[in-house]
Amino acid sequence: MRRSGVAETMEGYKGAALETLERFKARVWSESQIKTTRGDFTGIILPRSENDDDKHIVLKLATGYNIGIAVDTINDIIEQGYKQANYKIPEKEFPVTEGLPHVKLLGTGGTIASRLDYRTGAVIPAFTPGELYGAVPELADICNLTTEKLFAVFSENMGPQQYRKLAVAIGEEIEKGIDGIVIGHGTDTMHHTASALAFMVQNPPVPIVVVGSQRSSDRPSSDAALNLIHATKTAAESDIAEVMVCMFGPTSDEYGLLHRGTRVRKMHSSYRSTFRTLGDIPLATVDKEKITPLKPDYKRRRKDRDVKITPVFEERVAMVYYYPNMQRDIIDSLVDNGYKGIVIAGTGLGHVNKPVYPAIERATQKGVAIYMTVQTLWGFVHMFVYDTGRDLMAKGIIPAENMLPEVAYVKLGWALGQTDDLDKVREIMLTPIAGEITEREPYNGYIVLQGGLPEVEEFLHSIHM
Amino acid sequence: MVPVWIMDRYAYCTPSARVPQALSGLSLQTKSLEKSMVSGYFIARCDIDRKKGTHVSRPTARSAGISAAENYEQTRRLVGYLPRSDATEATYTDLGFKCGLEIHQQLLTEKKLFCHCPAGFYQEPDDYDAELVRHMRPTLSELGEYDGTALMEFRTRKNIIYRIKNETACTYDIDDTPPFRINQQALDIAIEIALMLKTNVVGELHITRKQYLDGSIPTGFQRTAIVGIEGDIPIKDKTVRIIQISLEEDSCREVSDIGHFRTYTTDRLGMPLIETVTYPDMLTPDEAAEAAHYLRFLARSSGKVRTGIGAAREDVNVSVTGGTRVEIKGVAHIKWIPELTHNEAFRQSALLMIADRLRERDIAPTEWKLTSRDIKPDDLRTDCPPVEAAFAAGQRIVAVNLPGFADCLSFFTGPGRCFADEVSDRLKVIACLEKPNMTNSESLDPIISDDDWTTIRGLLTAAPEDGQLIFWGPEDDIETALVVIDERCQAAFAGVPNETRKSLPDGTTIFERVLPGPDRMYPDTDSAPIPITGEQIEKIRAGLAVDVSNRQLQLRDWGVPEHLHAFLLRYDLVGEIETIARKTSIDPKYTAVLLSQTLNHVRGVYADRPAPNYRQLPDLFAFVDERGLERDILKALLPLWYLYPNESFDSLLEQSGYTPAGVEDIRKAIPDFRKSFVVRSSTKDPDAEVHWLVGRLRPTALGNIPLKQLREIVDEEVGRG
Repeated sequence: MRRSGVAETMEGYKGAALETLERFKARVWSESQIKTTRGDFTGIILPRSENDDDKHIVLKLATGYNIGIAVDTINDIIEQGYKQANYKIPEKEFPVTEGLPHVKLLGTGGTIASRLDYRTGAVIPAFTPGELYGAVPELADICNLTTEKLFAVFSENMGPQQYRKLAVAIGEEIEKGIDGIVIGHGTDTMHHTASALAFMVQNPPVPIVVVGSQRSSDRPSSDAALNLIHATKTAAESDIAEVMVCMFGPTSDEYGLLHRGTRVRKMHSSYRSTFRTLGDIPLATVDKEKITPLKPDYKRRRKDRDVKITPVFEERVAMVYYYPNMQRDIIDSLVDNGYKGIVIAGTGLGHVNKPVYPAIERATQKGVAIYMTVQTLWGFVHMFVYDTGRDLMAKGIIPAENMLPEVAYVKLGWALGQTDDLDKVREIMLTPIAGEITEREPYNGYIVLQGGLPEVEEFLHSIHM
Repeated sequence: MVPVWIMDRYAYCTPSARVPQALSGLSLQTKSLEKSMVSGYFIARCDIDRKKGTHVSRPTARSAGISAAENYEQTRRLVGYLPRSDATEATYTDLGFKCGLEIHQQLLTEKKLFCHCPAGFYQEPDDYDAELVRHMRPTLSELGEYDGTALMEFRTRKNIIYRIKNETACTYDIDDTPPFRINQQALDIAIEIALMLKTNVVGELHITRKQYLDGSIPTGFQRTAIVGIEGDIPIKDKTVRIIQISLEEDSCREVSDIGHFRTYTTDRLGMPLIETVTYPDMLTPDEAAEAAHYLRFLARSSGKVRTGIGAAREDVNVSVTGGTRVEIKGVAHIKWIPELTHNEAFRQSALLMIADRLRERDIAPTEWKLTSRDIKPDDLRTDCPPVEAAFAAGQRIVAVNLPGFADCLSFFTGPGRCFADEVSDRLKVIACLEKPNMTNSESLDPIISDDDWTTIRGLLTAAPEDGQLIFWGPEDDIETALVVIDERCQAAFAGVPNETRKSLPDGTTIFERVLPGPDRMYPDTDSAPIPITGEQIEKIRAGLAVDVSNRQLQLRDWGVPEHLHAFLLRYDLVGEIETIARKTSIDPKYTAVLLSQTLNHVRGVYADRPAPNYRQLPDLFAFVDERGLERDILKALLPLWYLYPNESFDSLLEQSGYTPAGVEDIRKAIPDFRKSFVVRSSTKDPDAEVHWLVGRLRPTALGNIPLKQLREIVDEEVGRG
């Protein structure tokens, strides 16, 4: 997805295209007639995306379509008018309703709601309560909403610094007496952030809901509005005082799922229903009318404000995805570069090949914490079953139970942020805090249905409304 | 007799009634019969001619002032409506008729435009693997408000259900995967047709999103891109200018639209098509059809577009002086265009007169307000089954007073249609109230007596110049319905509302949705611009098909009768005729007449068979020529070839029953046949005998002598005898 919208790049012209515009004294935003060897074209000259070539000029025709004109065909440009775009989004005051819960929306940069500038085609994010109310008026029936934009980064640029800042901000809101918190987030690393918050914000008395969208909100079929409605409803009304991810259940506009922040993972690059709970069942379903818990053992909402914020993170932690024929230098170079912790995603029950053994031995001797997780994503690390596993443990690798690899990575960073004592780190790592390790794996915690089977096809055949 | 109620185009009976029995007494042609999901009534769709009246006893028409039927007739004369057969060019000049076209033509590609699903495979509506549901949410416009279409579509609160078949749709189709690279084959065809339209081809293709909130595309927008702008085509006596040609993805096919559920199949979705848009240069309905034909022939002459049902669809924009551009969507046949545009022109004219009538009544549109109140069946003395059924089903019955709308509700707007239909259509589409959804004080098929209307007028404290209607529907839809009625009546003051309308086979149209503005286009952030280089264009230009206007000139040159041109152009046969003339001694006029007559006939008889590849025709003609066969044998060979295109020409010739024979062989056979004729026939008419003999000898003569010569021989022999 090309996210560099026109708005950010404004001009965007370079090289030959820029020279051509300058030669004919044509300005971006001017209404111009461009005479070319292929005929005449009239429209508004638009800015160009910086990543596009320098051989074309973008023109918006009166019909609303954009076209590109090759600069080497241009004979003349005649400016006929000029109108600069105005990117301001209109605000409508978010109504305050006595008796409705108070919800805080913390923004990290993902676009939850937006509107289009049809003249330029730019997508303008909506974020303030007034803007959100204009885009998703249903929110006003659910809660009294306030917002704060903490940072503006794409999901993949979220990291320890942002986790810490978010955790502190959440702590402050809870202290101030908020009834629920929604965090707008890009979806790519949503599960990393959710697990980081699950560790940094312990024992929260209110729901903390991370939400995003798989289809940007400028499209009519977007999941953004419904996700936001579901998340806000969860924050305002639900009894579940945990860090959760709230995203579409099925790809249909039917209901959302509330996933525990430490057991959730993005499983498809583009599907709406991309977030799944792994190794367990989701906490609840949510639709416009109600929240229906699926698991009874969640942490309940409380009146008190006894939350513990631990906003620490050791950044020199790495995750290594094992592959056959991996050589020891992969591990060695991490150790040589001063990494303090390594999470390995091993094959099967938690294995790597022999050539890596000496590197692991060396790493543990140098005081690097090494934890084993599984590439299979579902299931526990079991290192007693085969000799390989026993060998590895002997060399100092610690099995991380059924923590998801990403969760183990985040937790190790958080644990090492608290202490350098590897025994303490081990204790932190292996003591379940927020459901990241489960004692049991329920039978229905692993379901990847296979298309083609009659019973699955029957399930897919009709919507379940 | 079982009570049957007639309303609009529907006849309906109580649930217990046996419908066929009830209808048999009415000499009504029942088109379809279904049980209403809402009322439980059986509803029969009939062809009811309002002018003839209906065959059941029913309450009398309103008695205050003139009757509704009289008003309908009067306003029909006022509008000056006349059937198209009686209209002349002056009729349209007087109306200020203007028409533009948007022609959609599917391209013949293997795959869809933005994914790798196969194109051109259709499923039956009930044959699908998975179903999913979506809702379309309007996005904010520049002014922070929702635009008309968007708001309307959102108000309908439709559940859009997609039926997916794995063979023809993937995760792209249902908007769960971003687009793949554009189909280059489709782009090349689009550029080719853009060049044929003499448009200025763009330097770079920018994929643009055009919003559609009706659900016909699961994303909520269509990916479309301009390929060329500003071209022209010649039609008789004038040039029609082309605004643009775009390459875009086709939409879903609608299965049903009932209440709050609209269902689509996704097989057609994403297939590449081009849209050619003309300026409103057509000033009569016939010109519109002519331009449509021309554009279709032009696309077909590329040999790279799809043919068959639904492969080409026309949207027709019509306006009259003082009216508004109204878009008639999805016209499946060009032959429908004249009737549809003719009726639309008069509809607009009628709506303008309604606006005049309202203005004459000194009502300020800004102060106009409807009033409404709930009623119960008990409030009415007439037995009114639809109202009773709706009430029994827990629905609300609402009476509405429309100030100043007396004699407007039954105002003629088209054959068999009046202003009240405009309201009823919108109640169906926007408020999701299935028809019959209302009746009114000027109904041409009244189901409520005058006395009852008097009661209702009392309940609403209505004035004599007011009109009233009663509608019914589920509680949740009433508010929207009232807004819909209010909006449509408000719009009546201005004249013709901006809207798209759906074409009906009878030449009339019904409301489809509010016409979207140009403000619904924005760049597709999922795809990069695609350069179209000069070399690419020149390469395509080199292989360009001959211009349609040149083809027409060619046919005229050959002396082919005008009425055969359409067929030959439609199937792009002119090039083949040229090749045949070049390869053989058969003259082009003969070939043209033979092909248009024989193929046209065979196509009709074997409509269910796929047509063979016409590019092989020259080989068949060359075969006849090389064998020294008399060319009339083609009359026998062409149908055989059509049915068995893969068989050898020799085999076809054998099947045709051909045996070599000379003139003398034929002559020798005549006396025996004549004896047989005398035995079988009592007539002494020499012509009858000649006919019979020619018929007998035709198979022998075919391929050996011209049929004309056969006739001469027979004439001679009979004359001699």
